[in-house]
Amino acid sequence: MLGSFAVLRKQSLLGDAISHAALPGIAIAFLITGAKDSNTLLIGALISGLIGTFWIRGIVTKTHLKSDTALGLILSLFFGFGMLLLTFIQKQPNANQAGLDKYLFGQAATLVESDVWMMAIVTGICLIVMLTFWKEFKILLFDADYTKTLGFNTKTIDILITSFIVLAIVLGLQTVGVVLMSAMLLAPAAAARQWTNSLAVMVFLAAIFGAFSGVVGTAISASQNNLSTGPVIVLVAGVFVVVSFIFSPSRGLLFKQIRFIKNRRDLELHKTLAFMHQIAETHEDISHPHAIKLLNNFQGYTRSTLQKLVEKDYVQLQGNMWSLTETGFDTAANLYTKQSTEDE
Amino acid sequence: MTKQMKKIAVKVDDLTVAYNYKPVLWDIDLEIPEGVLMAIVGPNGAGKSTLIKSILGILKPIAGSVTIYGKSYEKQRQLVAYVPQKGSVDWDFPTTALDVVKMGTYGSLGWIKRPGQKEKKAALEALEKVGMLPFKGRQISQLSGGQQQRIFLARALVQNASIYFMDEPFQGVDATTEIAIINILKELRKAGKTVIVVHHDLQTVPEYFDWVTFLNVKKIATGPVKDIFNDDNLTKTYGINYKVSIQE
Ligand SMILES: Nc1ncnc2c1ncn2[C@@H]1O[C@H](COP(=O)(O)OP(=O)(O)O)[C@@H](O)[C@H]1O
Ligand SMILES: [Mg+2]
Repeated sequence: MLGSFAVLRKQSLLGDAISHAALPGIAIAFLITGAKDSNTLLIGALISGLIGTFWIRGIVTKTHLKSDTALGLILSLFFGFGMLLLTFIQKQPNANQAGLDKYLFGQAATLVESDVWMMAIVTGICLIVMLTFWKEFKILLFDADYTKTLGFNTKTIDILITSFIVLAIVLGLQTVGVVLMSAMLLAPAAAARQWTNSLAVMVFLAAIFGAFSGVVGTAISASQNNLSTGPVIVLVAGVFVVVSFIFSPSRGLLFKQIRFIKNRRDLELHKTLAFMHQIAETHEDISHPHAIKLLNNFQGYTRSTLQKLVEKDYVQLQGNMWSLTETGFDTAANLYTKQSTEDE
Repeated sequence: MTKQMKKIAVKVDDLTVAYNYKPVLWDIDLEIPEGVLMAIVGPNGAGKSTLIKSILGILKPIAGSVTIYGKSYEKQRQLVAYVPQKGSVDWDFPTTALDVVKMGTYGSLGWIKRPGQKEKKAALEALEKVGMLPFKGRQISQLSGGQQQRIFLARALVQNASIYFMDEPFQGVDATTEIAIINILKELRKAGKTVIVVHHDLQTVPEYFDWVTFLNVKKIATGPVKDIFNDDNLTKTYGINYKVSIQE
């Protein structure tokens, strides 16, 4: 759901960076408290995720680095540091550290009821905030400079959006893990974008796709012994993306191809008709028959185009002669005028 | 010099702006009288967009100050409307023409409050003015360049401001749209508004505008078109020996 905003900001890597940045937070929280209690660990993740994000901001505004570079830098820095800490923890004698591994690849099976409640509550809060600041989010995403001139504090809106993305990621960590989290964030949103041109519908669809992937993924992995939940959930989300990219009516590849072929056919038809019109114009009687052979010189002409023209009642055939009907003549004459007005 | 009697709408003092270390604008002083239709001209990279963005507080200058009718820009914000360069936004964003124009009302709405019937009506009127009413429900990605430009213009018109800043509103539009836009700008001037336009086509400056500012990092000249739009200033601004035949 919040992934929609990340997708629209073209900051797809942001999710990656945040989830990787969260790792050292988890490790540090474990080192300090020695607890495996997931809420404590997640607060650690939240803090280091936020620090990572705002560092990225800082790097982008203060240096020449492009934002992708900054993201990559923070991502590897934090992840490396997090792995270092994890290795260190594993060498500790009191290492019942097994519980920490799950944050790498996720383990929905270890979720307990309180975790699920926690997620539900945070999702609810996100939803309320999103609805409250809908207008502000929308305009900032579309045109940040303009938003500033209207008197909105764009920093505040920005921090609000970013914080919620971080929050969503951190919560998802337990389920799908650091490595796959960004895919989980972005896949539903990318899929949703294919189906709609409205921001509201997009966010709504993304939420549904995400939830559906979660449920189906969990079900599949529960039915098989050796499948871990996280990757399966992400795979299901991935299927949504692939299907959406192929089948969506307005942006999908399939329909684009169909439209392309149809357009080309129409064009050929029109070209042939226009050519016939030219010939017919040389005669006073528009339905004066001409030899089909005449058309063979015309590129783009085929038997099936002629057949189509007959079906549309633009052309009549007699033996190996053709003649334009009145509708055919008018349509052809209109083609020119229509084309010149459409160009405008 | 009866011009002195006119109120100054925008006043820029000692404005210096840099992105990194290299100054993009150097010590700009500028007074824009109320009610003019002014072109800002200069070569690519001269800092025209930067000047507008600095006046509007989008960029923070290193030095200098900007006043709008004698008060700081922050206090006078609602008097000013901005039409950004068209290329500055992602036109694939999922929204409609009407929605974009409605954004012009967000400033007066303030935080959280949603646009209602009144705002919708204002947006529709603005769409009508720019001749885009039939496209109100159209996805912005499916508008032509000229239509997108008109949408941006409509969004600024909704703000009902006194001073308009427009960054290359004629960029990539066809001749019909250009005429439509310039007519709207002239109407704004007739209504006593001040309109400042970054403009590229030097040939049309004398025809469209009554005031002009030459800019190339420094301010070269500013004043009435009939007094200062000449080969001398053009050469100073564009570096090469510039000759435009100005129709008398
Ligand atoms: N965001 C930016 N970061 C760094 N340099 C910039 C940025 N925007 C513009 N510049 C530089 O500032 C100079 C002026 O840019 P601009 O104001 O866009 O010029 P104009 O609008 O007159 O073409 C150019 O040299 C440009 O490369
Ligand atoms: Mg510019």
